[in-house]
Amino acid sequence: MASTGMMVSNIEIIPGRRVSSHLGMVQGSTVRAKHAGRDLMAGLKNIVGGELKGYTELMQEAREEATERMVAQAKSIGANAVINVRFATTSVTLGAAEILAYGTAVVLE
Amino acid sequence: MEIFFHYFEWFMFLFLLALGFGVGRFLEANHYASIRQRETAYASVLLFGSRFPPDMATRQDCQLVTGHVVISSDYFKKFVFGLRSFIGGRSRGYETLLDRGRREATLRMKTEARRLGSKLIVNVKYESTSISGNRGAVPAFEILAYGTALIPPK
Repeated sequence: MASTGMMVSNIEIIPGRRVSSHLGMVQGSTVRAKHAGRDLMAGLKNIVGGELKGYTELMQEAREEATERMVAQAKSIGANAVINVRFATTSVTLGAAEILAYGTAVVLE
Repeated sequence: MEIFFHYFEWFMFLFLLALGFGVGRFLEANHYASIRQRETAYASVLLFGSRFPPDMATRQDCQLVTGHVVISSDYFKKFVFGLRSFIGGRSRGYETLLDRGRREATLRMKTEARRLGSKLIVNVKYESTSISGNRGAVPAFEILAYGTALIPPK
């Protein structure tokens, strides 16, 4: 997530810098479905337990995309940082999840 | 052979149970060994639950860091939990499962922080979601840890 090139944090301040204006909430979300191949492997892995790597990657990609969308929205309204970021995950139907990232877009001096 | 096919479902059940017990335990022991080793290695990255950094005056860069894992129960633990849910009480199998997941997620978050040159993560939050598929499936959980890594300016 370091590739976004914008200061993103989940605290309300940036140490040593002053927020010169608040631009309101920005958000990014994505809905991802798991694919059959990964599901089959996960089904086998389910028997012995442990990490389901396919799903970990899937959720990682989804979260990165949600963050990128949030950052893109923040850039488009002229912000240079997003603070107070939160994540939320909801399962939409069986086998699909929505990942949401939201935060406050601000301009740092 | 006829008996085998007649009781195929039972054989399959016992086979999966034994596989879950044997391999599941082995994998768990390995995972715990790896977690303990990495926890010692990453002990210098400090985590804070507080919202504000201890030192607010110094100018520092911030970066959101995340660590997460999707972890699945095994067939044996699911079976034992099924029995356990008749009488209630604590389920050790699922306790260790979630403990493993949360520690793994924390370690991945710390790894990302160290890569960015940070030794301090504030406002650490945890989130877990159950992502098991259809009803009766072996449960799996997604565990996410995230926080703000403070990076001292170069």
